Amino acid sequence: MHRVVVSESMSELIIKDLRASVADKEILKGVNLTVKGGEIHALMGPNGAGKSTLGNVLMGHPNYTITGGSIKLDGKELTNRTPEERARAGLFLAFQNPVSVTGVKLSSFLRTAYKQLHPEEKVPLSEFQARIKDHLKKVGLDEEFLSRSVNDGFSGGERKRVEILQMVILKPKIVVLDEIDSGLDVDALKLVADEIRDYYSQEVGFLIITHYQRILKNIDPEFVHILMNGKITMNGEKSLALKIEDEGYDWIRSE
Amino acid sequence: MEVELSKDEQIEKLLEDLRTSNIKKDDWEFHDADRSIYSTGIGLNRQVVEEISEIKKEPDWMRRFRLKALEIFLKKPVPTWGPDLSGIDWDNTHYYTRPDEIKARNWEDVPDDIKNTFQKLGVPEMEQKYLAGSVAQYDSEGVYHNLKKVWEDKGVVFMDLDSALKQHPDLVKNYFCKAVPATDNKFAALNAAVWSGGSFLYVPKGVQIDMPLQTYFRMNGEATGQFEHTIVVADEGSKVHYIEGCTAPRYNTDSLHSAIVEIYVQKNAQARYTSVQNWSKSVYNMPTKRAWVEENAQMEWVGGSLGSKVTMLYPSSYLRGPYASTHNLNISLAGPGTVKDTGAKAIHLAPHTSSRIVAKSISIEDGKAIYRGLLRMNKGAINSKSHVQCDALLINDESTSFTYPHDEIYEPTATFGHEATVGRIGTEELTYLRSRGLSEEEASSMIVLGFMDDVMKEIPMEFAVEMNRLVKLEMSKMGAVG
Ligand SMILES: Nc1ncnc2c1ncn2[C@@H]1O[C@H](COP(=O)(O)OP(=O)(O)O)[C@@H](O)[C@H]1O
Ligand SMILES: [Mg+2]
Repeated sequence: MHRVVVSESMSELIIKDLRASVADKEILKGVNLTVKGGEIHALMGPNGAGKSTLGNVLMGHPNYTITGGSIKLDGKELTNRTPEERARAGLFLAFQNPVSVTGVKLSSFLRTAYKQLHPEEKVPLSEFQARIKDHLKKVGLDEEFLSRSVNDGFSGGERKRVEILQMVILKPKIVVLDEIDSGLDVDALKLVADEIRDYYSQEVGFLIITHYQRILKNIDPEFVHILMNGKITMNGEKSLALKIEDEGYDWIRSE
Repeated sequence: MEVELSKDEQIEKLLEDLRTSNIKKDDWEFHDADRSIYSTGIGLNRQVVEEISEIKKEPDWMRRFRLKALEIFLKKPVPTWGPDLSGIDWDNTHYYTRPDEIKARNWEDVPDDIKNTFQKLGVPEMEQKYLAGSVAQYDSEGVYHNLKKVWEDKGVVFMDLDSALKQHPDLVKNYFCKAVPATDNKFAALNAAVWSGGSFLYVPKGVQIDMPLQTYFRMNGEATGQFEHTIVVADEGSKVHYIEGCTAPRYNTDSLHSAIVEIYVQKNAQARYTSVQNWSKSVYNMPTKRAWVEENAQMEWVGGSLGSKVTMLYPSSYLRGPYASTHNLNISLAGPGTVKDTGAKAIHLAPHTSSRIVAKSISIEDGKAIYRGLLRMNKGAINSKSHVQCDALLINDESTSFTYPHDEIYEPTATFGHEATVGRIGTEELTYLRSRGLSEEEASSMIVLGFMDDVMKEIPMEFAVEMNRLVKLEMSKMGAVG
């Protein structure tokens, strides 16, 4: 079992008045949000509100254009940076729909990525493999996933587990999870939530995107934000998530 | 803690070792000083052919055979249905070049500079690690051959074809140019006229060799031709895996490589032929490769076509007996400024025969990859089956790929299918890998290598490492992808 302190000092992701468009359509219309190490934020909102867009924009997906505002991680300006530069700064996105990459083995992919993210560390191959196997087990996946192609032929739930596996192995400072609970059955969700909680205990900051609050039964968010029409329209605590479970989003719209 | 590594992890590890070791591994394009002590000079005529035969002190039938082939060669036009071959400078090519007369059975007996070359290419090391036997050819002549004693004792023959013609004349005569007659095409005729070197491998009835045998072809001279002729005979019920590696330095003047490979897979035998060529970009690579596959026998072609300026290569299987089968797996890398016109032929001549062809290509910059295939099912090849799959990956906007399958089906009970895909490196895949910290270049090479993975799995480690290294090199030369 390895336990590593992810960062010495508390990290901080600051999103300021972020505006972004996709296919010439403005989706984010001024988002403000700060996520610090050791905090769990939930971002909720109806379908099509722009939650995944925010995740993709944070990660620097080339299909999305930032039209205003800024993204900073630990004082480092990321707004116009490439995805790899953002990853190297400590940002991680678990995608809503992770793509498959034919012929690219999970283990060699993770090893290559790790070397980029932590160039100063020299982890022997065998130890690295052992870490992956350990965490595969924790998310309830067979060792054989190590030598399978990334997400190739994986079920939706398997993809989600592998996203979490990647998170733990790659050791980011700020994590964005986009609908991590979709496709997971109750048992799998519990395993995944355990891994998230375990990783959170290392002073990592989380932004958990979800359109309903199933995962929030397993993980307690300190802060809950509602994204609607491209803006954060309401901030609250866990009780806000519970209210949405009961009443939906309509009451916010009318406020 | 000991962890068993999968093949790609081993490859990764070998690459890591390579990066951290002090030995700087260049392209395979380095060259030694010209050390040919004899050459027939430039150009080709009757005199040159007579001279080659004379030097080799061949039986008369071979001399006459060569002269007849020369006439055929001179009569046949240069094929114009494929890539542009007008750059072949027939009159300025050296058709026979040989170093000092060396036929070593021991690496110690190979002259230092030649030995160093093969050492740089990793040949003696591969032999020690996993080969049952090894032949090394330098320009026109085999300079080294060795076969492990256990196999020699079982009657296996493995040596360069010139030595075999001396030591096993009847065996050679039985198979020479039977599957590939000199009349087949202009380049086959050329080979039949001026052939030199190549391997002869004979596996007796029922002998199953569990380790591969390998020949390594190295061209060193400038504006030379290499015309090796290889014959593999897997006698009834035997099993064999034969591997070829080929490289050459890069020169300003083009060279010509025109080989013949004939494989005879007898009843119930299994043969696998793997070749990885990384000729430099000044080589026209025009081999003719063909297998005769008899009853219930299996033939497998595995190929990696990486280098050369122009390659035209269509390994063919003639399925001559019932239940004969062939499997053809090839990857072609069409780098900047190069053309790969590659494919496969499956000729179904007997009932219940089957063929499966998987052809992959990668085109970089203005590289052009062509799949050209022939599937023929003769009347009487009842219940025969065939499947052809072609996948092309285009790296840049100006990269191209073409597919020309040609089917001749004369048997109504035969079934066949074709699949073809053309793809580019997808933004989603690229972004996904980059979001984990990989640079655009690393991510692209990883996707390309992933695309090649089916083939990488099938080829020996050292060649897989080299292919891996080469793809990364090509991708890094390109800079940004798009
Ligand atoms: N790549 C894209 N191309 C075109 N439209 C997109 C793209 N991604 C998102 N959109 C649009 O942006 C809006 C927000 O989508 P998304 O961020 O996925 O919402 P959510 O995750 O909140 O359900 C939707 O109208 C969606 O159709
Ligand atoms: Mg979404």
